[in-house]
Amino acid sequence: MTEPLLSARNLVKRYGRVTAMDHADFDLYPGEILAVIGDNGAGKSSLIKALSGAVRPDEGEIRLDGKPISFDSPLDARKAGIETVYQTLALSPALSISDNMFMGREIVRKNFMGKFFGMLDKPAMDSFAREKLSELGLMTIQNISQPVETLSGGQRQGVAVARAAAFGSRVIILDEPTAALGVKESRRVLDLIQDVRSRGIPIVLISHNMPHVFEVADRIHIHRLGKRLCVINPKEHSMSDAVAYMTGAKVPDEVAA
Amino acid sequence: MSDSPDPVVQRNAGETVAQFDHHSRSLLDRTQHFLHQYPTMVPVIVLVLSLIAFGMISPNFFSAFNLSLILQQVAVVGTLAAAQSLVILTAGIDLSVGAVMVLISVIMGNLAVNFGIPVPIAIVIGLACGAGTGALNGLLVTRLKLPPFITTLGTWNIFLALNYYLSGRETIRSQTLDAEASLLKFFGTRFNLGGAVLTYGVILMIIVFAVLYYALYKTAWGRRVYAVGDDPESAALAGIQTKKVLMSVYVVAGVICGLAAWSSIGRVGSISPTSFFEANLESITAVVIGGISLFGGRGSILGPLIGALIVGVFNSGLRLAGVDVLWQLFATGWLIIFAVAIDQWIRKVSS
Ligand SMILES: Nc1ncnc2c1ncn2[C@@H]1O[C@H](COP(=O)(O)OP(=O)(O)OP(=O)(O)O)[C@@H](O)[C@H]1O
Ligand SMILES: [Mg+2]
Repeated sequence: MTEPLLSARNLVKRYGRVTAMDHADFDLYPGEILAVIGDNGAGKSSLIKALSGAVRPDEGEIRLDGKPISFDSPLDARKAGIETVYQTLALSPALSISDNMFMGREIVRKNFMGKFFGMLDKPAMDSFAREKLSELGLMTIQNISQPVETLSGGQRQGVAVARAAAFGSRVIILDEPTAALGVKESRRVLDLIQDVRSRGIPIVLISHNMPHVFEVADRIHIHRLGKRLCVINPKEHSMSDAVAYMTGAKVPDEVAA
Repeated sequence: MSDSPDPVVQRNAGETVAQFDHHSRSLLDRTQHFLHQYPTMVPVIVLVLSLIAFGMISPNFFSAFNLSLILQQVAVVGTLAAAQSLVILTAGIDLSVGAVMVLISVIMGNLAVNFGIPVPIAIVIGLACGAGTGALNGLLVTRLKLPPFITTLGTWNIFLALNYYLSGRETIRSQTLDAEASLLKFFGTRFNLGGAVLTYGVILMIIVFAVLYYALYKTAWGRRVYAVGDDPESAALAGIQTKKVLMSVYVVAGVICGLAAWSSIGRVGSISPTSFFEANLESITAVVIGGISLFGGRGSILGPLIGALIVGVFNSGLRLAGVDVLWQLFATGWLIIFAVAIDQWIRKVSS
């Protein structure tokens, strides 16, 4: 069997008396769409924050391409090609859409002003941002330089998803990317997810939306009480099974055995 | 059938009311949105109105000479306000800028006059010391994670003490500077510009603001400064090294304080360890009146320049009108409160 691209073993993270991760494991294989589901507070966001460098686990090991890694900041993970849409979106409300898309990797002009005075290439950044947003069907946005805080919740989510999809080269992690989106926009994001996968980039999708999960996921990682309970194949289990495992109403065969 | 006109009339009436309601609300709304988008318009309007008002009260107010005098008077505090703006844009505050400025002027003067170091080198060392004071503030804020207010309250006292120690509480007199280190008074040099009398200090202030404008709007560094001030957690998640950005802001602010120090020597003519005691608060006043939000990440860097000018215009206008000095303070106080109230109101747009 192929090696996992990104994996984690025995991750532990405590916040005072709360244990957000309790010896959690994780495996993501090349080219797959892995859904992560679990109750509110199960520790899904904590898990992906550890994978994306936003949180440093107290214990445990993370491997990328089989090699142990430790990310000190989200920047490190990003440099390794891991791009994340956080549940909180991580956008700067007062800055423009284009500023946000390029935050931390701005394009500088190729000319003298760019080389010696760091002048940004705003036209290039604006047109790139516009292109990425229209791929997501977010062309209702008129003005690429309007501050993100003037956008609707769904549009903001669209900006964050577009940013991750545009720059992710190894792994893209999406923490509830469709929570604020309408039916049409959610569909676009699901299409985009499959699009990204067809580029060969694996995706981690955290979602509470079971129909979406069962539609796109190759495997489903079920998280419960801070750890991975099991991984199921959506073709062999029903949605009600998944929900029952998630909530503890039913114990999957693999775990019971 | 005979009833049919009624609903139509009612509906029309309803629509008209709704439209009127929509219209009157949208006027206030639109003002709010407009100011949200162009926060510098508030100080610009205040400046224009105060110019008109004082111009009508005192006929001499609008002379080129008087207007250029205002520019000369605000040059030092204006330059200092540029440094203050940077720190406030990151949702911090720097109470030490005034003390740093006086300390650096003492260092420059001491090195040049008492130690006989060539003046250009004394100036460079002074500017480097300015960077050093900023680095100290920056380290305390980013490494020890102390609130900027407390950090700079502490370093303010420390820099003040150093300043008294290094100067021995002695003033370096104007004649001494003229004889041994006239370059230190460079920014006090006057020149004529069509009836207006300006100093190089005024030009320095304008250049500092122009450079900061470029750096904040046209470079990646500037965008990151705004992002860190706006929401540091989001900025960090988006891959910004927030500590590095904060550090750079404090260091740049320190260097600008060093430039303000050089400028202040020209303005006063001598180097006195007890001068500019109120410069700290005056710089914050200019920034706040200039519409930069104390919560960080919002406002234009050109605002504080206008803020400094507004204070200068009020002071000059009230003096020309023969009003007691206490009313200058009184007016400045209300301006600050007005500016912060407007800022709060504008910020409501986003919520
Ligand atoms: N920074 C923090 N400080 C303290 N407790 C935290 C912190 N982050 C997470 N927790 C706690 O860790 C637990 C797991 O939280 P996490 O956000 O990972 O859950 P989740 O599975 O993503 O939930 P949801 O579906 O609601 O997004 C919760 O009990 C939460 O209160
Ligand atoms: Mg979560």
